[in-house]
Amino acid sequence: MALKIVKGSIDRMFDKNLQDLVRGIRNHKEDEAKYISTCIDEIKQELKQDNIAVKANAVCKLTYLQMLGYDVSWAAFNIVEVMSSSKFTYKRIGYLAASQCFHESTDVIMLTTNQIRKDLSSPNQYDTGVALTGLSCFVTPDLARDLANDIMTLMSHTKPYIRKKAVLIMYKVFLKYPESLRPAFPRLKEKLEDPDPGVQSAAVNVICELARRNPKNYLSLAPLFFKLMTSSTNNWVLIKIIKLFGALTPLEPRLGKKLIEPLTNLIHRKIHIFSSHKMLCSQSHLIVSLSRIAVLISLSSGMPNHSASIQVMKYLGLLAMSKILKTHPKSVQSHKDLILQCLDDKDESIRLRALDLLYGMVSKKNLMEIVKKLMLHVDKAEGTTYRDELLTKIIDICSQSNYQYITNFEWYISILVELTRLEGTRHGHLIASQMLDVAIRVRAIRVFAVAQMATLLDNAHLLTGNMQRMGICEVLYAAAWICGEFSEHLENPMQTLEAMLRPKVATLPGHIQAVYVQNAAKLFATVLKNQEGNTDSTAAQETSQLMIDRLPLFVQSANLEVQERASCILQLVKYIQKLQQKDVEVAEEVCALFAGELNPVAPKAQKKVPVPEGLDLDAWINEPPSESESEDEQPKAIFAKEEPKHSRPRHTEVDEKELARRREARKQEQANNPFYIKASPSSQKAYQEAPGVEHIPVVQIDLSVPLKVPGLPMSDQYVKLEEERRQKERADKKKKEKKKRKEKRSGRGRKHDSGPESEEDITPAHMVDIVTEEMPENALPSDDDDKDPNDPHKALDIDLDKPLADSEKLPVRAHRAAEAPKSPAEDGEAENAASQEPKKKSSKEKREKKKDKDRDRKVRIKWQKDYKSSKHKKKKQKKEKEEKEKKKKKKHHHHHHHSDGGGEESVQNGTVEEEEPLPVSVYDIQGNLQDGSQVVVSVIFENKCDSFLKSMEFNVLDSLNSKLQRPEGSGPHDGLTVPFQLPPGVSNEARFVFTVQSIVMPQKLKGTLTFIVKNEDSSTHEKLDFKLHFTCTSYLITTPCYSDAFAKLLESGDLKCSSVRLEGVIMPFHHLLARICFHHHFSVVERIDSCASMYSRSIQGHHVCLLVKTSGQTVSIDAKCDEPTLLGNVLDEIKQTFSQC
Amino acid sequence: MIKAILIFNNHGKPRLSKFYEHYNEDTEQQIIRETFHLVSKRDENVCNFLEGGMLIGGSDYKLIYRHYATLYFVFCVDSSESELGILDLIQVFVETLDKCFENVCELDLIFHVDKVHNILAEMVMGGMVLETNMNEIITQVDAQNKMEKSEVMCFVTFINQCPCLDICSMQGHCFAFHTASASR
Repeated sequence: MALKIVKGSIDRMFDKNLQDLVRGIRNHKEDEAKYISTCIDEIKQELKQDNIAVKANAVCKLTYLQMLGYDVSWAAFNIVEVMSSSKFTYKRIGYLAASQCFHESTDVIMLTTNQIRKDLSSPNQYDTGVALTGLSCFVTPDLARDLANDIMTLMSHTKPYIRKKAVLIMYKVFLKYPESLRPAFPRLKEKLEDPDPGVQSAAVNVICELARRNPKNYLSLAPLFFKLMTSSTNNWVLIKIIKLFGALTPLEPRLGKKLIEPLTNLIHRKIHIFSSHKMLCSQSHLIVSLSRIAVLISLSSGMPNHSASIQVMKYLGLLAMSKILKTHPKSVQSHKDLILQCLDDKDESIRLRALDLLYGMVSKKNLMEIVKKLMLHVDKAEGTTYRDELLTKIIDICSQSNYQYITNFEWYISILVELTRLEGTRHGHLIASQMLDVAIRVRAIRVFAVAQMATLLDNAHLLTGNMQRMGICEVLYAAAWICGEFSEHLENPMQTLEAMLRPKVATLPGHIQAVYVQNAAKLFATVLKNQEGNTDSTAAQETSQLMIDRLPLFVQSANLEVQERASCILQLVKYIQKLQQKDVEVAEEVCALFAGELNPVAPKAQKKVPVPEGLDLDAWINEPPSESESEDEQPKAIFAKEEPKHSRPRHTEVDEKELARRREARKQEQANNPFYIKASPSSQKAYQEAPGVEHIPVVQIDLSVPLKVPGLPMSDQYVKLEEERRQKERADKKKKEKKKRKEKRSGRGRKHDSGPESEEDITPAHMVDIVTEEMPENALPSDDDDKDPNDPHKALDIDLDKPLADSEKLPVRAHRAAEAPKSPAEDGEAENAASQEPKKKSSKEKREKKKDKDRDRKVRIKWQKDYKSSKHKKKKQKKEKEEKEKKKKKKHHHHHHHSDGGGEESVQNGTVEEEEPLPVSVYDIQGNLQDGSQVVVSVIFENKCDSFLKSMEFNVLDSLNSKLQRPEGSGPHDGLTVPFQLPPGVSNEARFVFTVQSIVMPQKLKGTLTFIVKNEDSSTHEKLDFKLHFTCTSYLITTPCYSDAFAKLLESGDLKCSSVRLEGVIMPFHHLLARICFHHHFSVVERIDSCASMYSRSIQGHHVCLLVKTSGQTVSIDAKCDEPTLLGNVLDEIKQTFSQC
Repeated sequence: MIKAILIFNNHGKPRLSKFYEHYNEDTEQQIIRETFHLVSKRDENVCNFLEGGMLIGGSDYKLIYRHYATLYFVFCVDSSESELGILDLIQVFVETLDKCFENVCELDLIFHVDKVHNILAEMVMGGMVLETNMNEIITQVDAQNKMEKSEVMCFVTFINQCPCLDICSMQGHCFAFHTASASR
């Protein structure tokens, strides 16, 4: 009997495996669905068996069916069963199935936590590996929280195979459980230097992904990556590191310079890398020129037999150019012809890339030309996707930066009108919104626009001709609205009114009909007004009759909006007609219905309205009724079942989805609402900069241009006219210039006119007045609302350099294990965790040390300004200007940790917490490694007053030894303009380069900062004096040194000796060392008990060696250096540091 | 990050689909169809990159694909991946398949999709590239297959040693077992 069962189950096992299933499906091509449904029934039977092998086989088949699109979530529990099998074969099948079909809302996932934990700690590395792989696909926030600690342990597993996977999965864990980032980061950093290249690559991978979203938190890792880049030979690692540097360089311009050399080497070594170095938008021109070479190579057509790879290079070249374009538009613009050529490429990907580039390349001068080319392409293009893309690009290009490049809006309107003739485009609404935007915001164009729109309305049948072109009929929405709103400009309003009330209109979509009806009313008002003057009142009555005849069609409309508006207006017109029959003058009153100008409102305006003080938006206005109450109040369903829904109390909280839906609906509504104009991305800026638009004179355009030229598309006509105009202008200018030259012959002749005309020379055809969008009065200037609040990476924007607080430790399972009875396996695991504990601590310590190292590259020098001008004193105190160290917060924490060395804190805090608010400034002097005679001074300016500071000029009185580097051509006493302005409360950093000849002596430089303080009513010129203190230590650069090299250096005998004794130093020895490292840029070479050797190097290559000994409260420092003066000064400075304690 | 890896043949029949982000089954099929549509209409000698479709990704994502004989290998990646790097990875993937299946052809992928998944799991994990060294990948895959085989052998010996079983009647099954594991 037993035998039979076993045999039966084994028979069943070979019943149908995956291969059989696949074969079966292939043999049942005609009735595949039916066959599969029988198979699924079989699988269901198999899953009911106790035999795990049968189950695994069934799950394996299910995985295949899932790929074919069958929902297998019903078997989730069986998958978990297979996952928990002790056999690797089945476990793997289970995890594979789980990774394919589990996701966050799969409820059985919570059953897996313990199983996964067990697998993670399995002695078999492949069990662990399979669990990690599976987990990476379906990790949920709960799993991430519960397993973070286990995975972190695995990061230091003995097998590189496990380490690699554990490191990689940490990224997923961070995403789901951001709190784990800080505790895990030190170990992740360690893994960057793992002996195994695979683990290293995984760590680089993870940090790159992290840094891509929040690069600033990872700046401190730059030196480490720099080392990796020069040492690694793995292409993947190199690519990732270069990508990472691409993200970091914008934040730290100095990096760019340093990267040039290794990158050039790399590029010479492998052209392969070129693809990723495009990410480097660094300042260096070298990189730009290099990539240009590469781009040229790739774009030049050669080697016809390699056409596919040439295409690849072409694509990458264009991609690289689009990256370069952002920082160096000039260098790309010179390739305009090449890029335009690419528009003709047969490959759509390349064409799209080229289009992208065009966006950044337009200028006032070439806009028309480029758009003309694009229009040609629109006509030629087959395939709607590409054509739609072209259309959006044309509109993007023209409307960018608040129509910055458009000199002739008539041309633009005609382009838009031409675009409406496109067949089958989806972007009707885009064209419509552009038309509305231009008509509303460019006053001067309205006459022209209205005329064009009237023609459009007249020819509406062309647009609505067939159903396929429905997308484009959105344009009629804009046309109708413009004609209605600006009807006073219409030449023949009666005709337009007639066009708007044609019966054909009823076939348009509802929202367009609604606009038609409303604007017909506006037109009606205008027509009445025009006719009022006439003695003959029949014309006016005829108009009313027309309305009354046609409107009933809309009253019958199925669309509620149309119906409502139509019946309203119908009644109104009937009433008007009655009055007309009594010879009452009504026009004025009717016009009053639509009086008043509508200003464009920026789409963000609503959000920017500041919340008035004392208003708590979250507070209940009425106490929310209790749940039961609201249930009681539910009225009985009398009419329909959905009735109760409507009567639900309004203040019940709506769930997230509903909110999102409503938001979406509102957005939609706004998009369709002509009063909501979508802002171009930089409109905000324009808003701030635009001078009062009201003062710009609005010039009427004379419509000498015929509206339609037979044969030629209209926009071409405008291009021609524009060219003529420009030519004429240029000629005028030439004449003028000649005159000028004649007048002052002695003056240096400018070659200006012979060269190509520059941007500024092109004046717009007519003064256009681009009305900016309205914003609430005290709108906040910040523009941070562009960020997507749902971005999971936002949560990972965590300062990684702060020391860990105890509360931040990862949840360890210990307390839970205590409750549950321990299995032997778990015991082992607990031990494991315990042994991890000290390790963790040590890594923490290491991290702190590391941080010291990072810090000690920079000197921070307190700098208190002499405050001499007593005349202004009071005023200035108010406008206190504080230049504050950037990383003050960080530093603060740092001190906190070395709390017993308390005296030091005063260095920082003392300057900030001055009793009287005096301008205090901290800056950073750093030597330039590449040039021994340069130091860079970074100064942070912070505006602490309530006024706007501008025209800041930084000037330093040069000494014989040190000079501020000024741009060529400026005199030795000219100040340097600080390249930014400071609104209240804003700080910014500026860098100044000084040339220093001798670095052996410290010195002070006097300087002044002049600036203009601007209030609402006045602006005053102010001045601040300061001193820059160049200490000798600021010329030292922390350089690591190995003990053998150090010994050799000491033996060489070129070094002069000197020593100093410090008395009464009461601090632990390692604090003392840390302090020397931090303040004076030394690194510890070796430390034995209470004795340590230290090393540093100056920017001019002097070696400085220290031997620090301590006994009791006395510290003796023996020092050697090849430059005795420098050494003496450095020692003095060290002494001073400790005397301040 | 890699968002999805798809393999389908010249007729758009999926041979492997691996999504590193969750979509429901219908959307997945739609994505495969759309991707196939986008990729298949491209000439042979155009570049291997394609701005993503509507369903998958958005502006930050692109499709990087290669066409081998009857199969398309398509990776959907975001901007943090290097285009050439991914092309290289596809090559490594195919070469690995070739080594593991000995002259891989579409039929191998059809009948052993689980095995392809296992190989892929050694290369890409959770959307991130795990290993690009082919030898390392093959070593790990082989080691795991060996383990699987040894487990099967254990099972067979267990059956053979089981006293109550009629050994002769089992022989056929054992044979079947051997061939099954060999064909894997």
